Amino acid sequence: MTSTPKPISTVSTIPRNITKTWELPGGVHPAENKSQSLKLPLINCPLADEYILPLNQHIGAPSLPLVRVGDRVKKYQRIADAEGIFSASLHAPTSGLITAIEDRFIAHPSGLKAPCIVLQADGNDEACELIATENPYSLDHPTLIEKIRGAGLVGMGGAGFPSAVKLNPKSSTPIHTLIINGTECEPYITADDILMQTYAEEVIAGSQLLAHILGHSPQVIIGVEDNKPEAITALKAAAQNTNIQIASFPTKYPSGGEKQLIYILTGQEVASGQLPAALGIVLHNVGTTVAAWRAVRYGEPLIERITTIVGQALTTQRNMRVRIGTPIQHVLDHNGYNARRNASLIIGGPMMGFAIEQTSIPVVKTTNCLLVPSHAEMPPAPPAQACIRCGHCADACPAGLLPQQLYWYARADDHSKLKSHNLFDCIECGACAYVCPSTIPLVQYYRSAKGDIRQADLDKKKSDQARERFERRQERLAEEEAAKEAKRQERKAVAERNKARLADINAESTSNTANSRILNDLVANAVDAAAKQTPNPAQEHARLARTLESLNSRIARLEGQISSEQDETRREKFAAQIKQTQQSLNETQTKIAAIGTNTSTVIENQISKVTEKLNASPIDLAQKSLATLQKRLATAEEKWAEAKAEGKATADALTQGVEKLKQKVIEAEQALNAIQQSSAPQSPDQTVNAGTSNDAANAAIERAKQKAQAAAAMTPEQKQAAAIQSLEQRWLKAKERLAKAQEDNDENIEAFAASVEKLEQKMLALQAEGTS
Amino acid sequence: MLVWLINNPVWGALAVMALLSLVFGAVLGFAAVKYKVEGDPLVEQIDALLPQTQCGQCGHPGCKPYAQAIVDGEAINHCPPGGQSTINALADLLGVEAPSLDAEHGEVTDIKKVAFIREEDCIGCTKCIQACPVDAIVGAQKKMHTIIESECTGCDLCVEPCPVDCIDMLPVTQGVQQWSWQKPSNIIASDRTPAEAAA
Repeated sequence: MTSTPKPISTVSTIPRNITKTWELPGGVHPAENKSQSLKLPLINCPLADEYILPLNQHIGAPSLPLVRVGDRVKKYQRIADAEGIFSASLHAPTSGLITAIEDRFIAHPSGLKAPCIVLQADGNDEACELIATENPYSLDHPTLIEKIRGAGLVGMGGAGFPSAVKLNPKSSTPIHTLIINGTECEPYITADDILMQTYAEEVIAGSQLLAHILGHSPQVIIGVEDNKPEAITALKAAAQNTNIQIASFPTKYPSGGEKQLIYILTGQEVASGQLPAALGIVLHNVGTTVAAWRAVRYGEPLIERITTIVGQALTTQRNMRVRIGTPIQHVLDHNGYNARRNASLIIGGPMMGFAIEQTSIPVVKTTNCLLVPSHAEMPPAPPAQACIRCGHCADACPAGLLPQQLYWYARADDHSKLKSHNLFDCIECGACAYVCPSTIPLVQYYRSAKGDIRQADLDKKKSDQARERFERRQERLAEEEAAKEAKRQERKAVAERNKARLADINAESTSNTANSRILNDLVANAVDAAAKQTPNPAQEHARLARTLESLNSRIARLEGQISSEQDETRREKFAAQIKQTQQSLNETQTKIAAIGTNTSTVIENQISKVTEKLNASPIDLAQKSLATLQKRLATAEEKWAEAKAEGKATADALTQGVEKLKQKVIEAEQALNAIQQSSAPQSPDQTVNAGTSNDAANAAIERAKQKAQAAAAMTPEQKQAAAIQSLEQRWLKAKERLAKAQEDNDENIEAFAASVEKLEQKMLALQAEGTS
Repeated sequence: MLVWLINNPVWGALAVMALLSLVFGAVLGFAAVKYKVEGDPLVEQIDALLPQTQCGQCGHPGCKPYAQAIVDGEAINHCPPGGQSTINALADLLGVEAPSLDAEHGEVTDIKKVAFIREEDCIGCTKCIQACPVDAIVGAQKKMHTIIESECTGCDLCVEPCPVDCIDMLPVTQGVQQWSWQKPSNIIASDRTPAEAAA
């Protein structure tokens, strides 16, 4: 922006003068077109039959509905509550019946639907009782803020920022200036102008109230452009005997922007990415100011606003008090709307407004203007020509940006350059596009680039999160695998050592001393193993204590439920649960008592086992090992059969295990037969199904890869054929699975059957598509 | 010393050069040890550009392995979820010409999808949990599973292993909150076709 602020006009106001205003850098002077809507007086828009109330009419979280379909509501009744601080509540604009809470078209450039409460008016317009406050200054600060929050107040200039948030600044930044924005710089719109003319007293009263709420008795300035002489006169008359200053300054678009108006009135610039509150300034729209006064003084929630209805496609152009939620069609119909003459339907002004397609869209808290120009009034924009680098856009930019540079970077999707050229300081006023001799839709480039950057930032955040999760998962899998491997190695080592010792015993059976030494070693090993098996008594105690605690709390909870439950059968169920819980409680208590005594018994058991093993004759040992092996073989075979029947992926691995065991059994038998050999082959206690953990993800990747490779070379017809074929295969597979499930009487038969049916449907649909 | 240097300019110059090379060699050697970079920073940079869907369409079990493969010389156009913008970013980073996407690895889809488990059909087999590369599925043996939508990358890997075919890939709903302006269509007056110009 320009370097030295220079005063351009002196304003003579009653009672305290603003000595100077500053000139806004850049800006444009479009045709004002404000007179046509000011010829007729302000009237109320007649009641509509149906009101559509979007849950998100403001910046922040959507409101939470408080009513249900079928509820009767009265005018002013709260029908949706604010969700958190950055939100606003919503009130019924008239009495009637809630007929739906569903997605409807809303006033949004996307033309998408969003959740709305639909109210069928009963025509009585019956109001609920409001709590008026004779003297608002007698209320304390939290009550005042709560009243404003409860009235669902949002910034009515266009952004829809929840007003209560702005009125409750951090205590670290005291507010020394309150600016009331009556600038209304955009062509065609006169809603604030007529508001200031009609409700000048309330604007002043509201300004004083807002200043009071902000505390620290800030100076209050009402900024009005000099193209609204009647409004200025009315405000000055109303502001007599107050210390509110009315500042008027030359008309220029976009003086009404928040940061722009602050510069014009104070010469201070709000830093990039900061709020005016950082400078100790708060800014409110005149409409919001009046609504705040009415909310506190009369207890009136925000259910209507003044909207300018203007354009040559109407027979009457004027301002109306419109209830929030009134369908635009209804408003236009009351002003002689001629759809055939209408070029486009614009919400907001010609510079910053957006065109909509549906006329069923409702008026919301931020709808300050409905612009319905004729074809002659607003001809379609001529096609864009190449940029001739004239630099007019940079002269017009009120934010001091370089629109031409931003344009090139936006076209090139150069996000980092856009950020470094402060794209996000663009207020999308459209001054650059207005002056562009090549009629390039510059603002649309900036809006789209802003959206892309926001999306890219979100994606980045999400992908970082996905990366972290992926890496954590890999780590976890590696750890699990390592732990398994370590256990396997340990068992193997122990088994080998024992084998070697036994061989030693056999070799040196004559030497008693050696025998006893080895026995000692084995006993030591056994004690070690036993110690490993039994957990640390302290830890064990803590664990059991935790269990005990949770069981106790569970009993307490169940008892509470019993006392509050009326149903007899459910009470019995709870009683049974309590009994069960008590049983486990008792078990836990005995376990706690037994801690410590366990370790020694385990060790003794181990020792006796080892001694027995040592003392047993080789033939006994061989027989015993054969018996265990046979037993293991039996269980393995059983498992294998089960897996095969269920069609589990582990079946193959289990087959291997069974094979191995069979081999071992044969070996053991041979060993037993060869009685000369004193010891049967020790069976290493290895897990049989080492191969089962085949990574499902890897397999899926492999298959997907093959599929993609095949798909790359195919025509669309071939692709479809392939899709049908793969579905067919999946269908056959599913059928097979179902048959197996039926054979085994599997509990999931129904799920399998459903999947077969679904696949069949999918397949048929695809085939039908292919033939058509 | 100085006198000797003046008297023997050639030997003096040589001696000074030798001394300097020794000093610089020592400094560089020290720096090489002190500021040694563990791992390959290029892999990290490439990994940061990849979309992290971990979908395996490139033929590697995850985005990081593909980043490693790119460093080892694999082509940069094997990532369909990233699309052309990722290829461009990679080309920019590596200073090579940006190729178009290799159709062998799949096609670019603009519609973002997430997996959804039809919970009434789930039999609790845990197969999808084992397949999910980002642990976005919650569930246990014989208990119903569900997908954490905010964590799902839409990689598709859980669909195939499901024995009852209860996982669907649903497009992410585009509400008013997610919507953003589109770029103006890139037609300037001189680009118009004769038919358009006549009209």
